[in-house]
Amino acid sequence: MLEVLQYDFMRNAILAAILASIACGIIGVYVVVKKIVFISGGITHASFGGIGLGYYLGINPLFGLIPFSLFSAIIMGLVSKRAKVAEDTAIGILWSLGMALGIILIYWTPGYAPDLMTYLFGNILTVPMSDIYLMLGLDLVIILVVYAYYKHFMALCFDEEFTTVSGLSAEKLYLLLLCLIALTIVLLIKVVGIILIIALLTMPASLSRHYTNNLGKMMYLAIIFGIFFSLAGLFLSYFFDAPSGATIILSMSTVYILHFLYDGLKPKIAS
Amino acid sequence: MENVIDVKDVWVSYDGVRVLESVNLTVKDKDFLAIIGPNGGGKSTLLKVILGLIKPDKGSVTLLGGRPTKTRKDVGYVPQYHSSNLDFPVTVWDVVLMGRLSHKGPLQRYNDEDRNAALEALKTVGMLDFKDRQIGELSGGQKQRVFIARSLVTKPKLLILDEPSTGIDSRMQKEFYELLNKLKSEIAIVMVTHDISAVSVYVDKIGCLNRKFHYHDDKEISPHDLEVSYQCPVELIAHGVPHRVLKEH
Repeated sequence: MLEVLQYDFMRNAILAAILASIACGIIGVYVVVKKIVFISGGITHASFGGIGLGYYLGINPLFGLIPFSLFSAIIMGLVSKRAKVAEDTAIGILWSLGMALGIILIYWTPGYAPDLMTYLFGNILTVPMSDIYLMLGLDLVIILVVYAYYKHFMALCFDEEFTTVSGLSAEKLYLLLLCLIALTIVLLIKVVGIILIIALLTMPASLSRHYTNNLGKMMYLAIIFGIFFSLAGLFLSYFFDAPSGATIILSMSTVYILHFLYDGLKPKIAS
Repeated sequence: MENVIDVKDVWVSYDGVRVLESVNLTVKDKDFLAIIGPNGGGKSTLLKVILGLIKPDKGSVTLLGGRPTKTRKDVGYVPQYHSSNLDFPVTVWDVVLMGRLSHKGPLQRYNDEDRNAALEALKTVGMLDFKDRQIGELSGGQKQRVFIARSLVTKPKLLILDEPSTGIDSRMQKEFYELLNKLKSEIAIVMVTHDISAVSVYVDKIGCLNRKFHYHDDKEISPHDLEVSYQCPVELIAHGVPHRVLKEH
Protein backbone atom coordinates (compact mmCIF):
# COMPACT_ATOMS: atom_id res chain seq x y z
CA MET A 1 0.00 0.00 0.00
CA LEU A 2 3.00 2.31 0.40
CA GLU A 3 3.29 2.77 -3.34
CA VAL A 4 0.36 5.23 -3.23
CA LEU A 5 2.68 7.64 -1.41
CA GLN A 6 4.75 8.06 -4.56
CA TYR A 7 2.04 10.13 -6.11
CA ASP A 8 2.25 13.89 -5.61
CA PHE A 9 -1.49 14.20 -5.16
CA MET A 10 -1.33 11.66 -2.34
CA ARG A 11 1.51 13.49 -0.62
CA ASN A 12 -0.42 16.75 -0.86
CA ALA A 13 -3.53 15.01 0.42
CA ILE A 14 -1.67 13.78 3.50
CA LEU A 15 -0.21 17.23 4.15
CA ALA A 16 -3.65 18.80 3.71
CA ALA A 17 -5.19 16.30 6.14
CA ILE A 18 -2.57 17.12 8.77
CA LEU A 19 -2.80 20.90 8.32
CA ALA A 20 -6.61 20.81 8.40
CA SER A 21 -6.60 18.64 11.54
CA ILE A 22 -4.40 21.15 13.39
CA ALA A 23 -6.84 24.00 12.82
CA CYS A 24 -9.94 21.96 13.44
CA GLY A 25 -8.45 20.42 16.59
CA ILE A 26 -7.72 23.81 18.14
CA ILE A 27 -10.80 25.72 17.01
CA GLY A 28 -13.13 22.71 17.20
CA VAL A 29 -12.49 22.58 20.95
CA TYR A 30 -13.82 26.14 21.33
CA VAL A 31 -16.80 25.34 19.10
CA VAL A 32 -17.66 22.35 21.28
CA VAL A 33 -17.08 23.80 24.75
CA LYS A 34 -18.73 27.14 23.97
CA LYS A 35 -21.60 25.28 22.26
CA ILE A 36 -21.51 27.43 19.15
CA VAL A 37 -21.94 24.62 16.64
CA PHE A 38 -24.96 26.27 15.05
CA ILE A 39 -23.34 29.64 14.41
CA SER A 40 -20.28 27.79 13.08
CA GLY A 41 -22.56 25.91 10.67
CA GLY A 42 -24.06 29.26 9.69
CA ILE A 43 -20.66 30.81 8.92
CA THR A 44 -19.65 27.69 6.99
CA HIS A 45 -22.68 27.67 4.72
CA ALA A 46 -22.86 31.43 4.30
CA SER A 47 -19.25 31.27 3.07
CA PHE A 48 -20.57 29.64 -0.08
CA GLY A 49 -21.31 33.21 -1.13
CA GLY A 50 -17.53 33.78 -1.12
CA ILE A 51 -16.98 30.80 -3.41
CA GLY A 52 -19.58 32.25 -5.78
CA LEU A 53 -17.87 35.64 -5.60
CA GLY A 54 -14.54 34.04 -6.50
CA TYR A 55 -16.02 32.35 -9.57
CA TYR A 56 -17.84 35.49 -10.62
CA LEU A 57 -14.68 37.61 -10.40
CA GLY A 58 -12.67 34.91 -12.12
CA ILE A 59 -10.18 34.55 -9.25
CA ASN A 60 -9.22 31.51 -7.16
CA PRO A 61 -12.45 30.85 -5.21
CA LEU A 62 -10.39 30.56 -2.01
CA PHE A 63 -9.51 34.25 -2.34
CA GLY A 64 -13.20 35.07 -2.55
CA LEU A 65 -13.83 32.75 0.36
CA ILE A 66 -11.38 34.25 2.88
CA PRO A 67 -12.75 37.82 3.00
CA PHE A 68 -16.32 36.65 2.60
CA SER A 69 -16.18 34.12 5.45
CA LEU A 70 -14.52 36.66 7.77
CA PHE A 71 -17.20 39.18 6.82
CA SER A 72 -20.05 36.74 7.43
CA ALA A 73 -18.50 35.70 10.76
CA ILE A 74 -18.50 39.30 11.97
CA ILE A 75 -21.98 40.06 10.64
CA MET A 76 -23.36 36.88 12.14
CA GLY A 77 -21.70 37.56 15.50
CA LEU A 78 -23.03 41.11 15.66
CA VAL A 79 -26.52 40.32 14.42
CA SER A 80 -26.98 37.29 16.67
CA LYS A 81 -26.00 39.32 19.75
CA ARG A 82 -27.57 42.66 18.98
CA ALA A 83 -30.61 42.20 16.74
CA LYS A 84 -34.01 42.01 18.36
CA VAL A 85 -34.68 38.56 16.95
CA ALA A 86 -33.80 35.22 18.51
CA GLU A 87 -30.15 34.30 17.96
CA ASP A 88 -30.89 31.03 16.14
CA THR A 89 -33.41 32.71 13.84
CA ALA A 90 -30.85 35.36 12.87
CA ILE A 91 -28.20 32.71 12.21
CA GLY A 92 -30.61 30.59 10.16
CA ILE A 93 -31.49 33.55 7.94
CA LEU A 94 -27.88 34.59 7.30
CA TRP A 95 -26.95 30.94 6.69
CA SER A 96 -29.34 30.75 3.72
CA LEU A 97 -28.68 34.31 2.59
CA GLY A 98 -24.98 33.56 2.00
CA MET A 99 -25.77 30.38 0.11
CA ALA A 100 -28.38 32.12 -2.04
CA LEU A 101 -25.81 34.78 -2.98
CA GLY A 102 -23.35 32.07 -3.96
CA ILE A 103 -25.87 30.24 -6.12
CA ILE A 104 -26.81 33.40 -8.02
CA LEU A 105 -23.20 34.49 -8.54
CA ILE A 106 -22.25 31.07 -9.90
CA TYR A 107 -25.30 31.08 -12.18
CA TRP A 108 -24.24 34.46 -13.57
CA THR A 109 -20.67 33.30 -14.15
CA PRO A 110 -20.31 32.52 -17.85
CA GLY A 111 -19.47 28.94 -18.70
CA TYR A 112 -19.11 25.96 -16.45
CA ALA A 113 -17.94 26.33 -12.84
CA PRO A 114 -15.14 23.79 -12.50
CA ASP A 115 -14.49 22.19 -9.08
CA LEU A 116 -17.80 23.42 -7.71
CA MET A 117 -18.44 19.98 -6.26
CA THR A 118 -15.02 20.12 -4.59
CA TYR A 119 -16.10 23.10 -2.53
CA LEU A 120 -19.40 21.53 -1.60
CA PHE A 121 -18.24 17.99 -0.85
CA GLY A 122 -14.46 18.29 -0.67
CA ASN A 123 -11.82 16.41 -2.57
CA ILE A 124 -8.59 16.11 -0.69
CA LEU A 125 -6.95 14.43 -3.70
CA THR A 126 -7.04 17.64 -5.75
CA VAL A 127 -5.31 20.01 -3.32
CA PRO A 128 -2.50 21.81 -5.20
CA MET A 129 0.77 22.82 -3.54
CA SER A 130 -0.31 26.49 -3.53
CA ASP A 131 -3.27 25.58 -1.32
CA ILE A 132 -0.93 23.69 1.01
CA TYR A 133 1.06 26.90 1.55
CA LEU A 134 -2.14 28.83 2.15
CA MET A 135 -3.26 26.23 4.70
CA LEU A 136 0.12 26.40 6.43
CA GLY A 137 -0.16 30.19 6.67
CA LEU A 138 -3.69 30.03 8.09
CA ASP A 139 -2.61 27.41 10.63
CA LEU A 140 0.16 29.73 11.81
CA VAL A 141 -2.27 32.64 12.19
CA ILE A 142 -4.67 30.48 14.20
CA ILE A 143 -1.93 29.09 16.45
CA LEU A 144 -0.48 32.56 17.13
CA VAL A 145 -3.83 34.14 17.99
CA VAL A 146 -4.87 31.27 20.23
CA TYR A 147 -1.45 31.35 21.94
CA ALA A 148 -1.86 35.07 22.63
CA TYR A 149 -5.50 34.91 23.76
CA TYR A 150 -5.67 31.46 25.33
CA LYS A 151 -6.63 32.75 28.80
CA HIS A 152 -9.06 35.29 27.38
CA PHE A 153 -10.84 32.73 25.23
CA MET A 154 -11.03 30.37 28.18
CA ALA A 155 -12.75 33.04 30.29
CA LEU A 156 -15.04 34.00 27.41
CA CYS A 157 -16.18 30.42 26.85
CA PHE A 158 -16.59 29.74 30.55
CA ASP A 159 -18.43 32.85 31.68
CA GLU A 160 -19.12 35.68 29.28
CA GLU A 161 -20.73 37.98 31.83
CA PHE A 162 -17.82 37.73 34.24
CA THR A 163 -15.41 38.36 31.38
CA THR A 164 -17.21 41.62 30.59
CA VAL A 165 -17.25 42.75 34.20
CA SER A 166 -13.49 42.02 34.32
CA GLY A 167 -13.10 44.93 31.96
CA LEU A 168 -12.57 42.87 28.78
CA SER A 169 -14.71 43.28 25.72
CA ALA A 170 -16.49 39.94 25.50
CA GLU A 171 -18.01 41.01 22.19
CA LYS A 172 -14.67 41.71 20.53
CA LEU A 173 -13.23 38.46 21.84
CA TYR A 174 -16.27 36.57 20.56
CA LEU A 175 -15.93 38.16 17.13
CA LEU A 176 -12.22 37.28 17.09
CA LEU A 177 -13.11 33.68 17.88
CA LEU A 178 -15.72 33.63 15.10
CA CYS A 179 -13.08 34.98 12.69
CA LEU A 180 -10.79 32.11 13.65
CA ILE A 181 -13.67 29.73 12.92
CA ALA A 182 -14.04 31.40 9.51
CA LEU A 183 -10.33 30.83 8.77
CA THR A 184 -10.65 27.22 9.90
CA ILE A 185 -13.49 26.77 7.44
CA VAL A 186 -11.22 27.99 4.64
CA LEU A 187 -8.67 25.39 5.73
CA LEU A 188 -11.18 22.57 5.85
CA ILE A 189 -13.13 23.31 2.71
CA LYS A 190 -10.91 21.35 0.29
CA VAL A 191 -10.76 18.41 2.66
CA VAL A 192 -14.43 17.71 3.33
CA GLY A 193 -16.39 20.52 1.65
CA ILE A 194 -18.91 23.01 3.02
CA ILE A 195 -21.61 20.41 3.61
CA LEU A 196 -19.46 18.19 5.84
CA ILE A 197 -17.27 20.69 7.69
CA ILE A 198 -19.31 20.76 10.90
CA ALA A 199 -18.66 17.05 11.51
CA LEU A 200 -14.91 17.56 11.25
CA LEU A 201 -15.09 20.62 13.48
CA THR A 202 -17.03 18.91 16.26
CA MET A 203 -16.27 15.19 16.36
CA PRO A 204 -12.53 15.15 17.22
CA ALA A 205 -13.07 17.85 19.88
CA SER A 206 -16.10 16.17 21.38
CA LEU A 207 -14.29 12.85 21.49
CA SER A 208 -11.27 14.42 23.17
CA ARG A 209 -13.50 15.94 25.90
CA HIS A 210 -14.09 12.36 26.91
CA TYR A 211 -10.46 11.69 27.69
CA THR A 212 -9.35 14.86 29.43
CA ASN A 213 -10.62 17.66 31.63
CA ASN A 214 -8.01 20.11 30.43
CA LEU A 215 -8.74 22.56 27.64
CA GLY A 216 -5.19 22.59 26.26
CA LYS A 217 -4.87 18.79 26.30
CA MET A 218 -8.24 18.58 24.57
CA MET A 219 -6.73 20.53 21.68
CA TYR A 220 -3.72 18.21 21.34
CA LEU A 221 -5.94 15.14 21.51
CA ALA A 222 -8.42 16.57 19.01
CA ILE A 223 -5.56 17.24 16.58
CA ILE A 224 -4.35 13.63 16.93
CA PHE A 225 -7.87 12.27 16.45
CA GLY A 226 -8.37 14.54 13.45
CA ILE A 227 -5.13 13.43 11.78
CA PHE A 228 -5.83 9.77 12.49
CA PHE A 229 -9.37 9.83 11.14
CA SER A 230 -8.69 11.94 8.11
CA LEU A 231 -5.75 9.76 7.08
CA ALA A 232 -7.73 6.58 7.76
CA GLY A 233 -10.61 7.99 5.70
CA LEU A 234 -8.23 9.02 2.96
CA PHE A 235 -6.78 5.52 2.60
CA LEU A 236 -10.21 3.88 2.84
CA SER A 237 -11.47 6.15 0.09
CA TYR A 238 -8.47 5.19 -2.04
CA PHE A 239 -9.00 1.47 -1.62
CA PHE A 240 -12.79 1.51 -1.92
CA ASP A 241 -12.84 4.15 -4.61
CA ALA A 242 -15.23 6.36 -2.60
CA PRO A 243 -15.33 10.18 -2.32
CA SER A 244 -12.64 11.21 0.19
CA GLY A 245 -14.56 13.84 2.18
CA ALA A 246 -17.56 11.64 2.80
CA THR A 247 -15.36 8.64 3.63
CA ILE A 248 -13.43 10.68 6.21
CA ILE A 249 -16.65 11.81 7.87
CA LEU A 250 -18.20 8.35 7.67
CA SER A 251 -15.22 6.60 9.27
CA MET A 252 -15.04 9.28 11.96
CA SER A 253 -18.76 9.07 12.71
CA THR A 254 -18.64 5.28 12.88
CA VAL A 255 -15.93 5.34 15.53
CA TYR A 256 -17.67 8.22 17.33
CA ILE A 257 -21.00 6.40 17.49
CA LEU A 258 -19.40 3.07 18.47
CA HIS A 259 -17.48 4.86 21.19
CA PHE A 260 -20.67 6.18 22.74
CA LEU A 261 -22.52 2.89 22.30
CA TYR A 262 -19.63 1.15 24.07
CA ASP A 263 -19.88 3.68 26.86
CA GLY A 264 -23.35 2.40 27.57
CA LEU A 265 -25.34 5.28 26.10
CA LYS A 266 -25.48 6.91 29.50
CA PRO A 267 -25.81 10.69 29.64
CA LYS A 268 -22.40 12.29 29.70
CA ILE A 269 -20.62 15.24 31.12
CA ALA A 270 -20.19 17.85 28.47
CA SER A 271 -19.32 17.64 24.81
CA MET B 1 -14.67 58.19 52.33
CA GLU B 2 -16.78 58.50 49.22
CA ASN B 3 -19.64 56.12 48.59
CA VAL B 4 -18.93 52.77 46.99
CA ILE B 5 -22.11 52.87 44.95
CA ASP B 6 -24.27 55.89 44.14
CA VAL B 7 -27.40 55.25 42.11
CA LYS B 8 -29.44 58.40 41.45
CA ASP B 9 -32.95 58.40 40.02
CA VAL B 10 -32.40 55.47 37.65
CA TRP B 11 -35.12 54.43 35.19
CA VAL B 12 -34.92 51.37 32.94
CA SER B 13 -37.45 49.83 30.59
CA TYR B 14 -37.26 46.93 28.17
CA ASP B 15 -39.40 47.19 25.03
CA GLY B 16 -41.64 49.75 26.68
CA VAL B 17 -42.10 47.75 29.88
CA ARG B 18 -40.79 49.62 32.87
CA VAL B 19 -38.44 47.54 35.01
CA LEU B 20 -36.88 50.14 37.29
CA GLU B 21 -38.57 53.33 38.37
CA SER B 22 -36.72 56.17 40.03
CA VAL B 23 -34.31 53.98 41.96
CA ASN B 24 -32.00 55.69 44.42
CA LEU B 25 -29.39 53.69 46.28
CA THR B 26 -26.25 54.45 48.23
CA VAL B 27 -23.76 51.90 49.50
CA LYS B 28 -20.98 52.99 51.81
CA ASP B 29 -17.70 51.30 52.59
CA LYS B 30 -18.15 48.02 54.49
CA ASP B 31 -21.94 48.04 54.17
CA PHE B 32 -23.64 44.70 53.81
CA LEU B 33 -26.81 45.30 51.81
CA ALA B 34 -29.31 42.67 50.76
CA ILE B 35 -31.75 43.52 48.00
CA ILE B 36 -34.84 41.34 48.05
CA GLY B 37 -37.93 41.32 45.92
CA PRO B 38 -40.09 39.10 43.75
CA ASN B 39 -38.78 37.43 40.61
CA GLY B 40 -39.06 39.86 37.74
CA GLY B 41 -38.91 42.76 40.19
CA GLY B 42 -35.78 44.15 38.54
CA LYS B 43 -33.11 42.87 40.94
CA SER B 44 -30.77 41.51 38.32
CA THR B 45 -31.41 44.55 36.15
CA LEU B 46 -30.37 46.83 38.99
CA LEU B 47 -27.12 44.89 39.45
CA LYS B 48 -26.47 45.09 35.71
CA VAL B 49 -27.06 48.84 35.78
CA ILE B 50 -24.66 49.20 38.69
CA LEU B 51 -22.04 47.21 36.74
CA GLY B 52 -22.64 49.21 33.56
CA LEU B 53 -23.88 46.15 31.64
CA ILE B 54 -27.17 47.95 31.00
CA LYS B 55 -27.42 51.66 30.30
CA PRO B 56 -30.28 53.29 32.20
CA ASP B 57 -32.80 55.36 30.23
CA LYS B 58 -32.44 58.08 32.80
CA GLY B 59 -30.40 58.70 35.94
CA SER B 60 -26.80 58.22 36.90
CA VAL B 61 -24.65 55.53 38.47
CA THR B 62 -21.30 56.11 40.14
CA LEU B 63 -19.35 53.00 41.02
CA LEU B 64 -16.18 53.27 43.14
CA GLY B 65 -16.04 56.94 42.29
CA GLY B 66 -16.18 56.57 38.51
CA ARG B 67 -18.15 55.39 35.52
CA PRO B 68 -19.18 51.73 35.91
CA THR B 69 -17.72 50.67 32.56
CA LYS B 70 -14.34 51.98 33.71
CA THR B 71 -14.41 50.94 37.36
CA ARG B 72 -16.24 47.59 37.25
CA LYS B 73 -13.01 45.68 36.80
CA ASP B 74 -12.22 46.56 40.41
CA VAL B 75 -15.46 45.06 41.68
CA GLY B 76 -15.64 41.46 42.83
CA TYR B 77 -18.59 40.02 40.95
CA VAL B 78 -20.27 36.68 41.56
CA PRO B 79 -22.76 36.15 38.72
CA GLN B 80 -25.88 34.04 38.90
CA TYR B 81 -25.28 30.34 39.30
CA HIS B 82 -26.28 29.43 35.77
CA SER B 83 -24.41 32.11 33.91
CA SER B 84 -21.29 29.98 33.65
CA ASN B 85 -20.81 26.87 31.61
CA LEU B 86 -20.43 24.27 34.34
CA ASP B 87 -19.40 21.23 32.32
CA PHE B 88 -16.54 23.27 30.94
CA PRO B 89 -13.13 21.58 31.14
CA VAL B 90 -11.43 23.76 33.76
CA THR B 91 -10.12 23.19 37.26
CA VAL B 92 -10.93 25.26 40.32
CA TRP B 93 -7.43 26.74 40.02
CA ASP B 94 -8.06 27.92 36.43
CA VAL B 95 -11.36 29.49 37.44
CA VAL B 96 -9.85 31.43 40.33
CA LEU B 97 -6.95 32.67 38.21
CA MET B 98 -9.54 33.96 35.72
CA GLY B 99 -10.27 36.68 38.26
CA ARG B 100 -6.81 38.13 37.56
CA LEU B 101 -7.51 38.42 33.86
CA SER B 102 -8.52 42.07 34.16
CA HIS B 103 -4.85 42.87 34.74
CA LYS B 104 -3.53 40.83 31.83
CA GLY B 105 -3.05 41.72 28.20
CA PRO B 106 -2.70 39.18 25.39
CA LEU B 107 0.52 37.13 25.59
CA GLN B 108 0.98 37.96 29.29
CA ARG B 109 1.22 34.82 31.43
CA TYR B 110 0.07 34.58 35.02
CA ASN B 111 2.96 35.36 37.37
CA ASP B 112 3.75 34.61 41.01
CA GLU B 113 1.74 37.58 42.19
CA ASP B 114 -1.34 36.20 40.42
CA ARG B 115 -0.74 32.73 41.78
CA ASN B 116 -0.26 33.99 45.34
CA ALA B 117 -3.46 36.01 45.12
CA ALA B 118 -5.31 32.92 43.89
CA LEU B 119 -3.88 30.79 46.72
CA GLU B 120 -4.87 33.36 49.30
CA ALA B 121 -8.40 33.69 47.93
CA LEU B 122 -8.85 29.91 47.94
CA LYS B 123 -7.65 29.83 51.55
CA THR B 124 -10.13 32.57 52.50
CA VAL B 125 -13.08 30.58 51.18
CA GLY B 126 -11.70 27.29 52.52
CA MET B 127 -11.39 25.60 49.12
CA LEU B 128 -7.62 25.24 48.84
CA ASP B 129 -7.81 21.44 49.04
CA PHE B 130 -10.03 21.40 45.97
CA LYS B 131 -7.76 23.44 43.75
CA ASP B 132 -7.10 20.68 41.20
CA ARG B 133 -10.70 19.52 41.01
CA GLN B 134 -12.87 19.91 37.96
CA ILE B 135 -15.38 22.74 38.51
CA GLY B 136 -18.30 20.55 37.42
CA GLU B 137 -17.52 17.95 40.12
CA LEU B 138 -18.19 20.31 43.01
CA SER B 139 -21.43 20.73 44.93
CA GLY B 140 -23.45 23.92 44.56
CA GLY B 141 -22.06 25.44 47.75
CA GLN B 142 -18.48 24.58 46.83
CA LYS B 143 -18.84 26.12 43.39
CA GLN B 144 -20.26 29.27 44.92
CA ARG B 145 -17.18 29.49 47.19
CA VAL B 146 -14.90 29.10 44.19
CA PHE B 147 -16.72 31.91 42.40
CA ILE B 148 -16.33 34.09 45.47
CA ALA B 149 -12.61 33.26 45.52
CA ARG B 150 -12.43 34.28 41.86
CA SER B 151 -14.04 37.62 42.70
CA LEU B 152 -11.66 38.18 45.62
CA VAL B 153 -8.34 37.72 43.78
CA THR B 154 -8.22 41.37 42.78
CA LYS B 155 -8.75 42.43 46.40
CA PRO B 156 -11.88 44.43 45.58
CA LYS B 157 -13.50 47.07 47.78
CA LEU B 158 -16.93 45.85 46.78
CA LEU B 159 -18.41 42.40 46.31
CA ILE B 160 -21.61 42.01 44.27
CA LEU B 161 -23.50 38.71 44.38
CA ASP B 162 -26.47 37.80 42.20
CA GLU B 163 -28.75 35.21 43.83
CA PRO B 164 -25.89 33.49 45.65
CA SER B 165 -28.09 31.03 47.50
CA THR B 166 -29.45 29.34 44.36
CA GLY B 167 -28.27 25.78 44.11
CA ILE B 168 -27.09 25.53 47.70
CA ASP B 169 -28.83 23.33 50.24
CA SER B 170 -29.86 24.92 53.51
CA ARG B 171 -27.03 23.44 55.57
CA MET B 172 -24.44 24.80 53.15
CA GLN B 173 -26.23 28.14 53.12
CA LYS B 174 -25.37 28.73 56.74
CA GLU B 175 -21.68 28.16 56.06
CA PHE B 176 -21.93 30.34 53.01
CA TYR B 177 -23.37 33.28 54.92
CA GLU B 178 -20.78 32.84 57.61
CA LEU B 179 -18.14 33.25 54.92
CA LEU B 180 -19.79 36.49 53.78
CA ASN B 181 -19.95 37.62 57.38
CA LYS B 182 -16.20 37.09 57.64
CA LEU B 183 -15.64 39.14 54.49
CA LYS B 184 -17.83 42.06 55.44
CA SER B 185 -15.36 43.39 57.97
CA GLU B 186 -13.12 44.33 55.06
CA ILE B 187 -15.31 45.08 52.05
CA ALA B 188 -18.76 46.30 51.13
CA ILE B 189 -21.15 43.56 50.01
CA VAL B 190 -24.28 43.89 47.90
CA MET B 191 -26.34 40.77 47.48
CA VAL B 192 -29.51 40.15 45.56
CA THR B 193 -31.89 37.35 46.52
CA HIS B 194 -35.53 36.39 46.26
CA ASP B 195 -35.18 34.19 49.30
CA ILE B 196 -36.34 36.32 52.25
CA SER B 197 -35.37 33.81 54.90
CA ALA B 198 -31.83 33.71 53.55
CA VAL B 199 -30.99 37.29 54.35
CA SER B 200 -31.68 36.68 57.99
CA VAL B 201 -28.70 37.00 60.19
CA TYR B 202 -25.78 38.86 58.83
CA VAL B 203 -26.91 41.73 56.67
CA ASP B 204 -26.88 45.31 57.93
CA LYS B 205 -29.39 46.79 55.55
CA ILE B 206 -32.22 45.51 53.45
CA GLY B 207 -33.85 47.01 50.42
CA CYS B 208 -37.00 45.73 48.73
CA LEU B 209 -37.14 46.08 44.98
CA ASN B 210 -40.20 45.69 42.86
CA ARG B 211 -39.73 48.29 40.13
CA LYS B 212 -39.43 50.85 42.91
CA PHE B 213 -36.86 50.58 45.61
CA HIS B 214 -37.79 50.67 49.28
CA TYR B 215 -34.84 51.11 51.47
CA HIS B 216 -34.25 50.36 55.14
CA ASP B 217 -31.40 51.58 57.20
CA ASP B 218 -31.81 48.74 59.59
CA LYS B 219 -32.64 45.18 58.80
CA GLU B 220 -36.12 45.05 60.17
CA ILE B 221 -38.72 44.67 57.48
CA SER B 222 -42.27 45.45 58.30
CA PRO B 223 -45.08 43.40 56.82
CA HIS B 224 -46.24 46.61 55.19
CA ASP B 225 -42.93 47.08 53.33
CA LEU B 226 -43.04 43.56 51.99
CA GLU B 227 -46.62 43.95 50.87
CA VAL B 228 -45.76 47.12 49.02
CA SER B 229 -42.87 45.37 47.31
CA TYR B 230 -44.44 42.07 46.54
CA GLN B 231 -47.87 43.59 45.99
CA CYS B 232 -49.60 40.85 47.91
CA PRO B 233 -49.76 39.89 51.57
CA VAL B 234 -46.64 38.01 52.56
CA GLU B 235 -46.55 35.49 55.36
CA LEU B 236 -43.70 36.41 57.64
CA ILE B 237 -41.80 33.68 59.37
CA ALA B 238 -38.76 34.41 61.47
CA HIS B 239 -35.89 31.96 61.43
CA GLY B 240 -32.89 31.45 63.61
CA VAL B 241 -33.84 32.97 66.93
CA PRO B 242 -32.20 34.92 68.53
CA HIS B 243 -31.18 36.50 65.21
CA ARG B 244 -34.19 37.49 63.26
CA VAL B 245 -35.11 39.62 60.31
CA LEU B 246 -38.54 40.36 61.47
CA LYS B 247 -40.04 41.90 64.53
CA GLU B 248 -41.94 39.55 66.72
CA HIS B 249 -45.50 39.46 65.56
